[in-house]
Amino acid sequence: MSSPVYIAGVGVITAIGNNVAEHLLAFSERKAGMGDITLLNTKHKGELPVAEVKLDNNALANLAGISSKTSRTKMLSLIAAREAMNDAAIPKFSELRTGFVSANTVGGMDKSEDFFVDFLADNNKGKLRDIFDHECGSITEVVADELGITDYMTTISTACSSSANAIFYGARLIKNDLLDVVIAGGADALAKFTLNGFNTLMILDKEYCRPFDDTREGLNLGEGAGYVVLVSDEVAKTLNKPVYCALSGYNNSNDAYHQTASSPDGTGSYMAMQGALNKAGLKPTDISYINLHGTGTPNNDSAEGTAIKRLFEPDFPPMSSTKSFTGHTLGASGGVEAVFSVLSIKHGLIYPNLRFKTQMHELPFAPETEYLKGQPIKNVLSNSFGFGGNCTSLIFSAV
Amino acid sequence: MKIYIRSAAAITAQKTFGDVPFLTELTEFDETRLMAIEPDYKDYVDPKLARRMSRMVKMGVASALQCLRDGQTEMPGAILTGTALGCQEDTVAFLTRIIEMEEEMLPPTAFIQSTHNTVAAQIALSLKCHNYNNTFVHKGISFESALLDAIMLLKEGDANDILVGGTEEMTDAAFKILTRLGLYKRRPISNADLYKTKTHGTIGGEGSIFFLLNDKPSPDNLAELVATKVFYKPKASVDIELNINKFLTDNSINAEDIDLVITGKNGDTKNDAVYESVIPALFSDNSLAYYKHLTGDYPVSMSFALWLGANIIKKGKVPAIVADGEIKNPSPKKILIYNHYQNSYHSLMLISAAD
Repeated sequence: MSSPVYIAGVGVITAIGNNVAEHLLAFSERKAGMGDITLLNTKHKGELPVAEVKLDNNALANLAGISSKTSRTKMLSLIAAREAMNDAAIPKFSELRTGFVSANTVGGMDKSEDFFVDFLADNNKGKLRDIFDHECGSITEVVADELGITDYMTTISTACSSSANAIFYGARLIKNDLLDVVIAGGADALAKFTLNGFNTLMILDKEYCRPFDDTREGLNLGEGAGYVVLVSDEVAKTLNKPVYCALSGYNNSNDAYHQTASSPDGTGSYMAMQGALNKAGLKPTDISYINLHGTGTPNNDSAEGTAIKRLFEPDFPPMSSTKSFTGHTLGASGGVEAVFSVLSIKHGLIYPNLRFKTQMHELPFAPETEYLKGQPIKNVLSNSFGFGGNCTSLIFSAV
Repeated sequence: MKIYIRSAAAITAQKTFGDVPFLTELTEFDETRLMAIEPDYKDYVDPKLARRMSRMVKMGVASALQCLRDGQTEMPGAILTGTALGCQEDTVAFLTRIIEMEEEMLPPTAFIQSTHNTVAAQIALSLKCHNYNNTFVHKGISFESALLDAIMLLKEGDANDILVGGTEEMTDAAFKILTRLGLYKRRPISNADLYKTKTHGTIGGEGSIFFLLNDKPSPDNLAELVATKVFYKPKASVDIELNINKFLTDNSINAEDIDLVITGKNGDTKNDAVYESVIPALFSDNSLAYYKHLTGDYPVSMSFALWLGANIIKKGKVPAIVADGEIKNPSPKKILIYNHYQNSYHSLMLISAAD
């Protein structure tokens, strides 16, 4: 069970880019993806900023190569998963035992919302085509079919930690010798459902979000998808280029405090980070960079920060929340940020935490605000914490 | 390494929950929707909290807690759930309010409880359980995915006493939409007559069933979970047979060693044609059982089949209401469960009497 699992490919789409290269450019230019709502049909247009992928459904469907009548979640998922698969370029892919483990929280809610308007008025109305993608699993199934993956697929939904859990589960399928290659990550499209949901909880910032800042007021919702290609040791040896890194540690712990709020001392976050370090056989001082969950809500950042203080004090590694660029992509965030963590190792990058001004009063540290390259990055800790107390941490390590 | 089903608790459309006789009578329904028989929740959930919970969450928490009590285990090493559609009641409630109230002045409760991981989260909260917690939402193999996670956790040695379950609730909206999509029969039918009419469509169901799995032998264990397998979109009947044969070979077992085959027949002509082709080819001499007339069909119904099989082994009898033809061995020791979901996902489970 101790056999290593490597990352052989990455793919990502968010408000700051449609592929890996565009993301690297946006980070170097400190270009955030938030703005006024332009695509989502909602009353909150002009009032709540979001981080939309800057392509309407026709353009996105064109990029994905599928029908524009389907859910946006599916298009985002396919674009990023395909980029990851092409990037890995695994020889004799079709002869290997392959799997697709994808996560999402909204499924095809963007289409269900259209369906429900007519359905509520008359239960015999509403285009059935609009409800086909409602289930989270439908998104995964169509994308797996498009990628030609048939040996194994499943879908995970644990709120904002969903795709970190998908990566974790995918790696274990390889370690248990059930599969050779797993494309794992997640996708979520913006939907009225989630925008209104987070709005009722009063955790959306009307300004651009300020993760880990003392004056932070909430998160900005985003959308996107991020996938990594996980391969076994044997498959890694057949590749025509070096692997990016290894997935060395992971842990899933539950805060068991409240359905939506984090415990004040970040019990679940602490256990997830500590558990991932134990799994990787690393000490806190071995971590070169932390990609924070860092949503920008008062509650998350305080709980996560408190847990980091307890675990890392007195030596705090550089850390930042890339949600200051992409917004919070919910079920996609663990996958998106796994890609950023992998790229951090590959290119020696530390991403800036945008719009940071004031250190949180309860913490003895502040996030990194500069874009740093050429850094010696050995181990990256990526945090994903969600509703239902679901806390997951992943550690990626240079090889 | 052997994996045991230590205990199981089921809230279903039949009398299966608590200290009840083992399926001695069929609870009949005269429509194409079978509703779960809900217990008194006050033994499981604070009534003040229960008022805000959907049926799905209440069924989930109650069946999980009862399963732990039956397994004399206070704290599970992990909590895993499978659900295809998730918390429908709260999802539909919030969606309805968004539309009716035009995105203004919405109460947050329905949104908070609409996430797919609410059942696993509420079980963790109720137990103050900080251990591994995961929720799988993949159509007809949501429960199977959770079960595979449980098996891997046990084999990795990172957790023991794994609580794993399948939960699904049927709402009015989901029932209407699934009926329009053609899943259910057009006319009301008694579930007692499900297999008597050869027509299109099945009957819908719901339920919550949890299992406690561990690697510790005990005379109290219900059964051994020998192996599970899922395969996807077989091209023809022969592919299905190849996959099932490989599963049997991988587990060093022949068809004649299997005392009972539980199938997922659901009364839909097209669905059942798969079994009518595969069963005579592979299991022509085996005793058969079916279960979807008891529960209705729903994406995590394999959790019921596993509950049924484990109890048949433990109690040493096959309830007459599940017998699909003659039962040659009245107290089966080895049971194969075979279900398919819309001929896309085929699922196998092999269970055996625990040593």
